[in-house]
Amino acid sequence: MSGLALDVTMTVNGETVVERVEPRQTLVDFLRDNLGLTGSHVGCEHGVCGACTVRVDGEIVRGCLMLAVQCEDAKVETIEGLSDSGEVADLQLAFAERNALQCGFCTPGMITAAQELLAKGGVPSRDEIREHISGNYCRCTGYHAIVDAVEAVAQEREKARGGAGK
Amino acid sequence: MKIVDDAPSALTALDRPNSYIGRSVPRPNLARLTQGRGQYVSDVTLPRMAHVAFVRSPHAHARIVSITADAAKKSPGVVAVVTGAELAKVMTPWVGVLTHLKGLKSAPQAPIAVEFACWQGEAVCAVVARTRAEAEDACELVEVSYQELPAVTDAETALDPQTPVIHAALGDNLCFERKLDVGAVDKAFAESDAVVETTFVTGRHTGVTNEPRAIVADWNPGEQRLTVYQGTQAPHMMQDLFAKHLGLASDQVRILTKDVGGSFGIKVHTYADEMATVALSKLLKRPVKFVADRIESFVTDIHARDHRVKAKIGVMKDGTITAFEIDDLTGIGPYSVYPRTSGIEANQVVNLTGGPYNCPNYRAQARVVFQNKNVMCQYRAVGHPIAVAVTEGLVELAAAKIGMDPLEIRRRNMIADDAYPAQSASGLKFEKLSHHEAMAHLDSMMDYAGLRADQKKLRDTGVYRGIGFASFIEVTNPSAAFYGVGGARITSQDGATVKLDAQGAITIHSGVTEQGQGAEAVLAQCVASSFGVSMDKVRVVTGDTDNVPYGGGTWASRAAGIGGEAAWQAGKALRGNVLAVAGAMLQAKPEDLDIRNSVVVDKVSGTERLTLAELARVAYFRPDTLPPGFQAELMATRHYVPRAWPFAFTNGIQASYLEVDTDTGFVKLIDHWCIEDCGTIINPQLVNEQIRGGVVQGIGAALFEQCLYDERGQMLNGNMADYLVPMAVEMPDIQCGHVVSPTADSELGAKGAGEAGTAGAPACIMNAINDALRPLGAQPLTDMPFTPGKILRALGRV
Repeated sequence: MSGLALDVTMTVNGETVVERVEPRQTLVDFLRDNLGLTGSHVGCEHGVCGACTVRVDGEIVRGCLMLAVQCEDAKVETIEGLSDSGEVADLQLAFAERNALQCGFCTPGMITAAQELLAKGGVPSRDEIREHISGNYCRCTGYHAIVDAVEAVAQEREKARGGAGK
Repeated sequence: MKIVDDAPSALTALDRPNSYIGRSVPRPNLARLTQGRGQYVSDVTLPRMAHVAFVRSPHAHARIVSITADAAKKSPGVVAVVTGAELAKVMTPWVGVLTHLKGLKSAPQAPIAVEFACWQGEAVCAVVARTRAEAEDACELVEVSYQELPAVTDAETALDPQTPVIHAALGDNLCFERKLDVGAVDKAFAESDAVVETTFVTGRHTGVTNEPRAIVADWNPGEQRLTVYQGTQAPHMMQDLFAKHLGLASDQVRILTKDVGGSFGIKVHTYADEMATVALSKLLKRPVKFVADRIESFVTDIHARDHRVKAKIGVMKDGTITAFEIDDLTGIGPYSVYPRTSGIEANQVVNLTGGPYNCPNYRAQARVVFQNKNVMCQYRAVGHPIAVAVTEGLVELAAAKIGMDPLEIRRRNMIADDAYPAQSASGLKFEKLSHHEAMAHLDSMMDYAGLRADQKKLRDTGVYRGIGFASFIEVTNPSAAFYGVGGARITSQDGATVKLDAQGAITIHSGVTEQGQGAEAVLAQCVASSFGVSMDKVRVVTGDTDNVPYGGGTWASRAAGIGGEAAWQAGKALRGNVLAVAGAMLQAKPEDLDIRNSVVVDKVSGTERLTLAELARVAYFRPDTLPPGFQAELMATRHYVPRAWPFAFTNGIQASYLEVDTDTGFVKLIDHWCIEDCGTIINPQLVNEQIRGGVVQGIGAALFEQCLYDERGQMLNGNMADYLVPMAVEMPDIQCGHVVSPTADSELGAKGAGEAGTAGAPACIMNAINDALRPLGAQPLTDMPFTPGKILRALGRV
């Protein structure tokens, strides 16, 4: 029930936010409804589809399985922040060029998840890419194009690091 | 006819300078989606907007005795609590029938149940509050007293005399029945060398769009207008229906559809809770938003494919197919869905079974019955996966019975590539198909002989791999034959308006909608090509009934073939208009000029004469300098509807290579191929991604997805943890290839490609599993989805 509300302070995409929230409010609802960050999507609200994937203190989490009040003092990053910083610009371009999205509803979560894998360095195999994004549901693409896009970016980044690429 | 592989094709006869036809150009509008800056309906908020949540029936069938809402009305944030009886004063009920499906009947359906709740999940009361959370809090305080009634759940007994009738006024639980008897079926079976008879079951499943259904309705009493933000595939259809049932004129309703988080046929129907949301906005005079949560999606989004088909095939020793016979039974829930009806799926099963083959003897019966489960209606590839599973399952079982290779039996029976136009036993008319060419292409692409050799070698080591095929036909580019002739106000034509702006850029307004399939890219490609500009000079507007030409939207693979042709023609018409202006300015004959890369040029020499920017400047700001009496027309509209053929049929064939773990029953998908012929390919990458996505949806049906109900009509797995969908780790890469047989009904020659993957994949997986298990003497599996438990039972392991 509503009634009890708490103040939370956190950093979202580099900005400090102080908001009064109900303890029951999920992080993704908080981001969408209180902050207007609608790039994080609500697909299943029980941690299966991955459309609400965001980064909290450097780790990807399900925005629907974490409460806003659990993010006190945390550093939260959403697709809007990752876009503005340019951190995932190569993934975004590769997704568009390879048509690795159709309706685009899973895409912010998918790119955020893929970025976690690629940030580890090296060029993951297609099976490793599939394994890593297997918590992110896409109904449109059948995944093949997404794997292509992630693989292509992994190779480009490896080349840029002076590695052999493929 | 020519074969095109995954790589972009060479340019075609449709090529002009600036041609994008046949090119894998990226969709121009994707950055906003990759950056999370799209606008889905679930993102929309309006001033004074309230949220609705619904109290839903926990029973599959019950009489609503009373509703007490006193406590709910006092709950914090509550704006209104509204029952079905109260909402019935705002909105009239509807009945989902079509006159060309003779005898199809259904009962009136209201936005909120009035006296009887007919499935678990049907809304019985609405609570509107400041936030969704407050609305849900108050829903818990609404006290509904139910008298539970016997639930009709088993389609097999739905027509038995002792089974209760769900809608007394209808007399029985039969929604629709169709019978067909062509040729001499009994004689053909009697003379066959072998007859195979079995029962196919396709599991009831649903679309699971990543974004659930969402709607924001905004009735403005000052304007006397209703603006509806809706994730729909058919904005003009919804405009017509909202107006009709609220007693408004169509022009009092505006539908806005921006980004839609997946549709697949789920979002092309009338949903009671969406109708209720619109009626609530009218009643409360403020914007009201409804977004289904995932559990609501499972119990209210249309389900599909719940069919039991008893099926029979006759063959001669030389492989000649002598006859097909099917008896299809399907339970569609308590109502035929409005306005497309729930009879179409079974009707398609009857139409499509046996489709690729020469076989004059065909008998079919289909019965569509009511039951107390969620409604069923059209979902991607309507009826195709069932008909293809039945046909291709029978063909491979027959091949096994007479000891013939599964491709060879197809080769001996498929309609010859030079036999068109042709007609199926069920009466379908085919302009031009390419079954043999497609199969030959598949054979070499997958290295069939090599795979068979591998399979044999591995079997000796106890590894059981299977190869399965499914050829198919697909209904695309529907004419008025689909719905219009049956009295539904669903248009089959579509329009495009193209205009030149004052800087020489182009804007297209189109009646088709973007559901993520790339329709906007295709429209831009068509107009850029036929008009003569680069794609970055073209902006596309869709999904706004106040601004786009009247159109059907996106369903039955019509956006590219119909919307694309209208756009192509509109681009040509505007080019003519612009060249008339150029002729007047340059004192040249328009027919000696052309537009290339945003410049008016001499057609023969290519010499630049005038930029479009300069032409637009003069036409808009200095029309006084044009010759007296000359009026520039810098906007053109064209419409298109297929007329020569009721549908533009496409064809194709898929193959699956998989491995069955005979200890665990798990299936590992190794490879998948699809060869498809959708006529002219406007954008190979988009076609291939439609196929890949469709194949994976079909794989879901074959291996994972099923809406499980108990005998009381309770859905048992209405969440994504228990209802399994394909995730990346289980899916294979999918190889695509094409044959190109354009339709002569349009200048572009494009047919649809949206259903091909889903149509063929389930049959293909089924046949591959049975091929893998055949040496072990397993009973053929024909009951989808093929779960590990079913596979182990077929092997006699459990």
